[in-house]
Amino acid sequence: MLTKLYDWIDERLDITPLWRDIADHEVPEHVNPAHHFSAFVYCFGGLTFFVVVIQILSGMFLMMYYVPDVERAWESVYYLQNQVAYGQIVRGMHHWGASIVIVMMFLHTLRVFFQGAYKKPRELNWIVGVLIFFVMLGLGLTGYLLPWDMKAVFATKVTLEIAQSTPLIGDLLKTLLAGDEHIIGAQTLTRFFAIHVFFLPAALLVLIGLHFLMIRKQGISGPL
Amino acid sequence: MHRGKGMKFVGDSRVPASHRKPNIPKDYSEYPGKTEAFYPDFLLKEWIVGAVFLIGFLCLTIVEPAPLERIADPTDTTYIPLPDWYFMFLYQLLKYSYASGDYNFLGAFVIPGLAFTALLLAPFLDRGPKRRPKDRPIATGFMLLAVAAIFYLTWEAISTHDWEAAKRQGEIKEIVEVDKSHPGYEVYQQQTCISCHGGNLEGVGTNPALTGIDRTADEIKDIAVNGIGSMPANIFNGTEEELEQLAEFILSVNESE
Repeated sequence: MLTKLYDWIDERLDITPLWRDIADHEVPEHVNPAHHFSAFVYCFGGLTFFVVVIQILSGMFLMMYYVPDVERAWESVYYLQNQVAYGQIVRGMHHWGASIVIVMMFLHTLRVFFQGAYKKPRELNWIVGVLIFFVMLGLGLTGYLLPWDMKAVFATKVTLEIAQSTPLIGDLLKTLLAGDEHIIGAQTLTRFFAIHVFFLPAALLVLIGLHFLMIRKQGISGPL
Repeated sequence: MHRGKGMKFVGDSRVPASHRKPNIPKDYSEYPGKTEAFYPDFLLKEWIVGAVFLIGFLCLTIVEPAPLERIADPTDTTYIPLPDWYFMFLYQLLKYSYASGDYNFLGAFVIPGLAFTALLLAPFLDRGPKRRPKDRPIATGFMLLAVAAIFYLTWEAISTHDWEAAKRQGEIKEIVEVDKSHPGYEVYQQQTCISCHGGNLEGVGTNPALTGIDRTADEIKDIAVNGIGSMPANIFNGTEEELEQLAEFILSVNESE
């Protein structure tokens, strides 16, 4: 039945090469922890991706309750945390996932760096990877404000002061991020929300797509 | 079939089917060493590792609930800000005298900017064909230095932060309306207790609440006159009768709970 369905689609769309590109390839010995335990260092990239998937899924569930509004944001998070069934776990996954993704990405970066795996021909993939790192830091920074509690607002205040001290474009940059020259309030929250939920995830997905495309195209770097 | 600048469009309906790549993957024997098929063998192992990781992760979310401080009050000027832990090294850097104030540009832009640009352009700075860390001492040295600096700055930020005060300043306070018609409440206002301990004895900023305390009337009187901890002496300078009323009022709030 499934084979027939597959054949029906394949006859029309020729998906077999696509499937082969994604899944039908060899895993070399030197990256397989089953053969060399020290190869566990190759897991960090995959775990980063796994946590990104957790972040996207838990974020979608958080969106069912979260209200990006200065008066209700905190209340909605409080409600989610204390009243909603499994709300604490969903929010916990998103909160701790944000930390773990940074740890995993840091370890992945160090692995690639110390193995010199970014050398020709993989320079572009390294650059895309560092851009992913920046996007992740941006996601952490904007997500920190969303619960609208004390530490959120005061940390964002500091962030915006640093943004404002940028030479030449400081004031413009601050206004762009905060929505106002002076006030950190309703506009700031909705802007950070939009950046956190739409702008940066879109950039992240494009970059991750490129990252994986390049890995499939070039294969993994050889043993040292 | 050629279109455009002689480019061949794979998947174009006018490309005859016989031009397709043969649908046969490379034989495994063509790879060196003990390779393994990604699908399904290796993917299954990855899946198991992922499942174990997920269980550990879920345990963490249950043991350590995500923190939530009280609702934002941008007018609170005593709050000591704290970024998320992975920004602490940058936060700590900005505390040093040659990285802040007049030198803010250096600490906020030049140092992190150079470091992150170097990271981004690493493949073009470290161009030699050698890959082993010890064969490229400059790249390895700089990265070890950067990692050591990040760990040191993060550690400094964590150890110099007043976690006790941070916990108190962020606590979600349950504000219970106190009896404002009590004669002691007037004394509480007049003697400026209210400016640090709040209109409902809930505490302001890092100053403690006066609800839920376990002290006798004499102890309360003593603290009001002589101070305690960071609270200075002689804040109370009213009459003996007023002191009595004040202590009675604070006691009454604690007893009614």
